[in-house]
Amino acid sequence: MELKMFILVLGLLVGSLMPLGGAASSPDTGTGHGGSHGNKDPGYAKNGNGTTYSKKPFPVLSFDYEHVRLPFEISLWVLLASLMKLGFHLIPRVSSIVPESCLLIVVGLLVGGLIKLVGEDPPVLESKIFFFYLLPPIILDAGYFMPIRQFTENLGTILMFAVVGTLWNSFFVGGLLYGVCQLEGHKLAYVDLLSCLLFGSIISAVDPVAVLAVFEEIHINELLHILVFGESLLNDAVTVVLYHLFEEYSSVGLITVTDVFLGIVCFLVVSLGGIVVGAIYGILAAFTSRFTSHTRVIEPLFVFVYSYMAYLSAEVFHLSGIMALIACGAVMRPYVEANISHKSHTTIKYFLKMWSSVSDTLIFIFLGVSTVAGPHQWNWTFVVATLIFCLVARVLGVVGLTFVINKFRIVKLTSKDQFIIAYGGLRGAIAFSLVYLLNPEHFPMRNMFLTAIITVIFFTVFVQGMTIRPLVDLLAVKKKQETKRSINEEIHTQFLDHLLTGIEDICGHYGHHHWKDKLNRFNKKYVKKCLIAGERSKEPQLIAFYHKMEMKQAIELVESGGGSKLPSALPSTVSMQNIQPKKPSQDRALPQLSKAREEEIRKILRTNLQRTRQRLRSYNRHTLIADPYEDGWNEMLIKRKKMKELEKKISQMNNYLTVPAPPPDSPTIARARLASDPQAWGLKSVTESIPTIKVDLASPQSPESVNVVDEFSKKGSQPKEEEGGLTMKVPSPAKQRKDKTPDEEPQQRLMRCLSDPGPAAEEEDEDEPFLP
Amino acid sequence: MGSFQSLPDDHQYRTLSQKTGFSLEQIAILHNRFKQLSQNEETLWRDDLKTIQDLESNPIRYQIIEAFFDRRNFQKDGVGSVEEIGFEEFLTVMSYFRAPAHRITEEQREEMRRAKLRFLFNMHDTDNDGTITLEEYRHVVEELLSRSGALGRETTKGIADAAMLEVASISVGPMAPDEFYEGITFEHFLKILKGTEIETRMHIRFLNMDTTVLCKQRCV
Repeated sequence: MELKMFILVLGLLVGSLMPLGGAASSPDTGTGHGGSHGNKDPGYAKNGNGTTYSKKPFPVLSFDYEHVRLPFEISLWVLLASLMKLGFHLIPRVSSIVPESCLLIVVGLLVGGLIKLVGEDPPVLESKIFFFYLLPPIILDAGYFMPIRQFTENLGTILMFAVVGTLWNSFFVGGLLYGVCQLEGHKLAYVDLLSCLLFGSIISAVDPVAVLAVFEEIHINELLHILVFGESLLNDAVTVVLYHLFEEYSSVGLITVTDVFLGIVCFLVVSLGGIVVGAIYGILAAFTSRFTSHTRVIEPLFVFVYSYMAYLSAEVFHLSGIMALIACGAVMRPYVEANISHKSHTTIKYFLKMWSSVSDTLIFIFLGVSTVAGPHQWNWTFVVATLIFCLVARVLGVVGLTFVINKFRIVKLTSKDQFIIAYGGLRGAIAFSLVYLLNPEHFPMRNMFLTAIITVIFFTVFVQGMTIRPLVDLLAVKKKQETKRSINEEIHTQFLDHLLTGIEDICGHYGHHHWKDKLNRFNKKYVKKCLIAGERSKEPQLIAFYHKMEMKQAIELVESGGGSKLPSALPSTVSMQNIQPKKPSQDRALPQLSKAREEEIRKILRTNLQRTRQRLRSYNRHTLIADPYEDGWNEMLIKRKKMKELEKKISQMNNYLTVPAPPPDSPTIARARLASDPQAWGLKSVTESIPTIKVDLASPQSPESVNVVDEFSKKGSQPKEEEGGLTMKVPSPAKQRKDKTPDEEPQQRLMRCLSDPGPAAEEEDEDEPFLP
Repeated sequence: MGSFQSLPDDHQYRTLSQKTGFSLEQIAILHNRFKQLSQNEETLWRDDLKTIQDLESNPIRYQIIEAFFDRRNFQKDGVGSVEEIGFEEFLTVMSYFRAPAHRITEEQREEMRRAKLRFLFNMHDTDNDGTITLEEYRHVVEELLSRSGALGRETTKGIADAAMLEVASISVGPMAPDEFYEGITFEHFLKILKGTEIETRMHIRFLNMDTTVLCKQRCV
């Protein structure tokens, strides 16, 4: 039923697309078609030479398509692409057999066919649009979320594949094709060596878009993923250089040694230059994010714009834009993430995923449409030869390179790995666009190239893309392990890093641990201070990781309804008690709270939490209230530190003789004790000030004030001292309590009058104390 | 001048090579380094290791140095620590950082993993009672964070406690409120680090490379 409705809507959409032509075609050809739809101002009727002016009735409703034409068509295409994507996941069986990219190409073919049937010119994937609008989001998404650790560990291997492998592929394919052309004689004799080499260089580059699209669905292990994916990204530099080299000189028809030498220099300039440009913009972005604490709303914008500028700046100098984008994303990420709010982080993640997904879809659809549209010239020999040579070259290249690489690797690449790497070398839209950019006057065989490339792309995407999944299962290749990073692993990883560095120093050997350690220390000492705001700059990695984990759990806890179902990230079955050795009395004093008192405290805290929630619900762009779960984290840390010092001093002054048994363990309590020292737990109560619950409605919620919400996972009913907003303190121990009782009530009542309407009675869940 | 100082004693090297698995060239190189560190004496003292410049900035340098003098790592079933070590002990400790050879059986790999994890375990378990108690674990975390300035003992404690809780729940499962988890035993330690492929991560590349080229430059 759903499906039928969907197909109906789709049909209407496609139907409306056809008479409008394509979005990518130039407006000039469009106006020809559009002229019939646009209506000129009906008030004017040009009769011959004179401009006689006949009055027509006032147009209540008019149809003027021309002036919204371009954005309208673009939106329509994007909508079509997204609906397609939606549709595929509604059809249950197909999406598990056929990768999405294949389906999208088929859709593109259908749409292109329909458009052609109607008699219009289907739009072609114009290179400018592809390179400037469709490709960057995908690459930025990949670069920003690149797993740096695996990437740097395997960098040598990746570079070997990317540089040497691509070179080998280009020359092998180009050279052999030239041989075939010469042999073939009559129809292909006009194809000269340089054109063949150019073609070889275009077609030999593994395409990141296609690789991502297919590999994302098969969940292969991280090593293989990063190898193939890293190769597809880094071979851009090689492709750019070879392309320009051969394109420049193919009209002349001759390449000298000087040119080759210059080509090598150019390669270094292109790749390193791209990386430098990217790194500069990355640092700028990180620096800018240091100051955005007051304008959290536009934080994601900085990330996107700086990255895009890096890409465009690199393109200005014909440097490798892809490498610039990757470098920018990778450089800025650790610093930006330390500075921005949690919401901005989520925004960035989802925007990037959304854009890259839409781009990806559009690219494949347009590939399909362009296949129908593009001028073709089919030549059996050439196309078949291309296909065979590409496959053979890839296999030979991978096997040969692995043989050399394995001599230097600790974790050797097995033949299964080699097969997957060779099989995963998919070609895609970048190759197509590059061929499309060729000038038909200089390259009369352009159409033949186009046909050949489309065939290869189709073959790799369809055949290899579809069969890789069953093959992965068949060969029992290791899949991605979905393990959560645990705090133990983090501790031991860091420990191991330091240990290995130390052993290297003892050996007197400056291995890569040594340099990595030096880089880290440099980073910590100088770079972090500049680029990260406030206290976070001094936060060591272990602590940052720990806080991130705690925060995640806190959010999960709230989302899961406040304690009834706990995420199992940290164990709730074992509590602090179980690991704390039983110590003699004086450190574990707890205030004697009667049951009624406890209940009262609990109620107060809960009502305040709900009030906080209500207050946070309304906001506009300009007063985006700081989220309690992320902002002011560091201020909270400082405050907590001060609080603890204060309590310690106080504890030395007081002596409690009783050692009450700790309350029976509930999961909540276990979690509450997780991060805190049980020693500190009991001593919060004594402060000079009387227990107060102030509600300051005038001031916006300061981050500290809503620590109540955040703190539930940390401490019991422990107070925080805040400047304004919502504060609460646990009542002091028994002997002082009774005097304070009358004070508390009026304040409670005051609170109810002034604040938002109190929580409805049913909101109070007696069985879910979020605080013990 | 001990026997090590005479011409490269092939026989001794060979026995060492069999014991630790290093190649002869690697042993020669390490021997040079040993001589360099011990100022041409036969034995190495703690102070010799402390003089290494680069080690100064390492937060766990004392543990690393201690590991060299810890009898448990000498594969001779000893306990306690010594004041000085000879080349053989030095080499034995270094052998923990070799990478697994390309073709080894699953059992050999498992054995290597256990040996390496045992080394790590000994580094944490300073009082040699077979378990890493909460105090010792806290000490580990403190040392790791010692270089990063003062973020307070509480966070450190918090991290150590959380880690301990995790180990307890993974190894032992649900525990009643009055049960007490003594500490991380070696078996539990193995369990929590099961997925980390320690045998490939815990290695120094230098010790695994074919060092014939390097040897020619240094040993001549």
